[in-house]
Amino acid sequence: MISDYISLSVRSLLKRRLRTYLTMIGIFIGIAAVVSLIGLGEGLRVAITSQFGFLGTDVLSVQAANINFAGAPGQGAPNPLQEDLVDKINKINNVDRAFGRYIGSATIEFRDKQKIEFIVSIPGGEDRRIFERMMNLKTQDGRLLTDQDTRGALLGSNYHTGTTYGATFDRPINAGDKVLINDKQFTVVGILENKGSFIFDDAIMMNNDVMITEGIKADDGTVNIIGVKVKDVDQIEQTRLDIEKLLRKERDVKEGEEDFTVQTPQQALESLNSTLFAVQLFVTIIAVISLVVGGIGIMNTMYTAVLERTKEIGIMKSIGARNSTIFTLFFIESGMMGMIGGLIGIGLGMSFAYGLSYIAGLALGSDLIRASISIWLVLGALAFSFFFGTIFGVLPAIRASKLNPVDSLRGAK
Amino acid sequence: MAKKPNKPIIELKDVWKIYQMGEVKVVALSGLDLAVSKGEFVSIMGPSGSGKSTAMNMIGCLDIPTKGTIFLDGKDISQMNESDLAQIRGQKIGFIFQQFNLIPTLTALENIMLPMIFQGMPRDERMAKAKKLLKMVELDERMDHKPNELSGGQQQRVAIARSLSNDPEVILADEPTGNLDSKTGNTVMDFLKKLHKEEGKTIVMVTHDEDVAKNADRIEYLKDGKIVKVLKSGR
Repeated sequence: MISDYISLSVRSLLKRRLRTYLTMIGIFIGIAAVVSLIGLGEGLRVAITSQFGFLGTDVLSVQAANINFAGAPGQGAPNPLQEDLVDKINKINNVDRAFGRYIGSATIEFRDKQKIEFIVSIPGGEDRRIFERMMNLKTQDGRLLTDQDTRGALLGSNYHTGTTYGATFDRPINAGDKVLINDKQFTVVGILENKGSFIFDDAIMMNNDVMITEGIKADDGTVNIIGVKVKDVDQIEQTRLDIEKLLRKERDVKEGEEDFTVQTPQQALESLNSTLFAVQLFVTIIAVISLVVGGIGIMNTMYTAVLERTKEIGIMKSIGARNSTIFTLFFIESGMMGMIGGLIGIGLGMSFAYGLSYIAGLALGSDLIRASISIWLVLGALAFSFFFGTIFGVLPAIRASKLNPVDSLRGAK
Repeated sequence: MAKKPNKPIIELKDVWKIYQMGEVKVVALSGLDLAVSKGEFVSIMGPSGSGKSTAMNMIGCLDIPTKGTIFLDGKDISQMNESDLAQIRGQKIGFIFQQFNLIPTLTALENIMLPMIFQGMPRDERMAKAKKLLKMVELDERMDHKPNELSGGQQQRVAIARSLSNDPEVILADEPTGNLDSKTGNTVMDFLKKLHKEEGKTIVMVTHDEDVAKNADRIEYLKDGKIVKVLKSGR
């Protein structure tokens, strides 16, 4: 029975094909926007979460407030962290080990192909082992760095297997290969194991002092990040407050006006996530507005259909259609417009999101922009569009069902 | 005089219909009495504005009277709500209209199946029945044609087949030949007469054409909203 009604409704929609498509455009633009933008946002969130996932819970990072949004963390700070802070932090209770790290960017060239990448430093001396254990650094090819490696570099797994090599270089880089970093020759001593995070997998690592001597980091007595490993994880919040207090004193700033952050990886993640959530919320609101506009389009079309088909409604009533039958027919019609609009929208949104992440992957060699479209997003969008179609179809359908059979048979409006 | 007719299938008793048109009251029916027995073929004639169409709407359960009672197959329909009326129309009445009134998006076969869909008849059953009815009106070759691919006479024959789809008690024909030339009109009338004679269907036909009206057993003349003259046909 309901399948008969659906087929009747489909006939009516196909009869007025152009109008049906035009009406559905309103819905599918909204749905495409929701699906692609939420999908990309979700992809970004997943990507960011996975970048942070490897870090332990017993680590704090100290950074000077950044003025630029792009670029590596700790770069471009107007008031960078002074190197002597490292020793002062080391003296704080519950601090196991603190060490300064440099982060910069440089050109890496291999077989005449170039790419700009982040370079991160590895502390020397006895800090090296602590750092390696903290970050769980292991090589899949070659070995880790030693203090003697003045012209040695450690590369992330992507240079060997992943996207960076694939998009840039014409063959994988192996341990023992020579590469040019800022036009100076380095030997690749090892390739790191894959960590599933671009922070490691795309990274170039070299010793702290090498970054200074090779001019990748200016020798100005500052560091980009101070990493702090605490002894007792349960006390980490107190330690964080102690470090903040020390930095306020050293940098002469008042509480509430800090030009630096002391965060656990989880906190950094949360603040990023909340920003991302706000963006997603904003995008969703805009998309919902466009859906409402689309829904009003459906309503308009359905009211027109009721007027146009007044006589048809009269005929159907005269041959036994009840009010509820007429209501159902019109209701299905508007719901179908919503749902088919939604399906097209989902298709468009998905191709847009996946297309964009594919192009971004090719152009940037990074998997940070990637779409993550869950089945729930798809089902949700579909339900939502059907819901919109029906909600805005209710009033016209009621109008149609209430038509007086005698008047409508005469074709009176 | 005439033999006592069977129990009436349609009975209108002192039926009034008054329309309020703004300030003016329009009396369309003023105390109409009419009884149609099972198996009868009755024509209702009258000048325009005599209340023919309103009477037709009352008998067809498309509208309810302002005053008075209407019995259809022993049931008082004058107080029913629209949903119950629709049910009765679907089951007990088959309409044939002057303008054929087929649904343009559906094929001949589907048009005939539509009333059966509204009664919830299973697909196979209604398909078989619709085919049988199309065969009866000699249009089985035109099964998949849409109304606009059929001639006027053919459309009216599809409409006749449609009116029979739920085995109604009564067939109501409103100027069934009004939009047809006399030759096709005669063909359509032949089908109606056949229904009456061979199938024993009760037929009520509204027309202003005396020649057409004469096909019936009885002609009721309507003027100013009530029956003014009854004429037995010469048959």
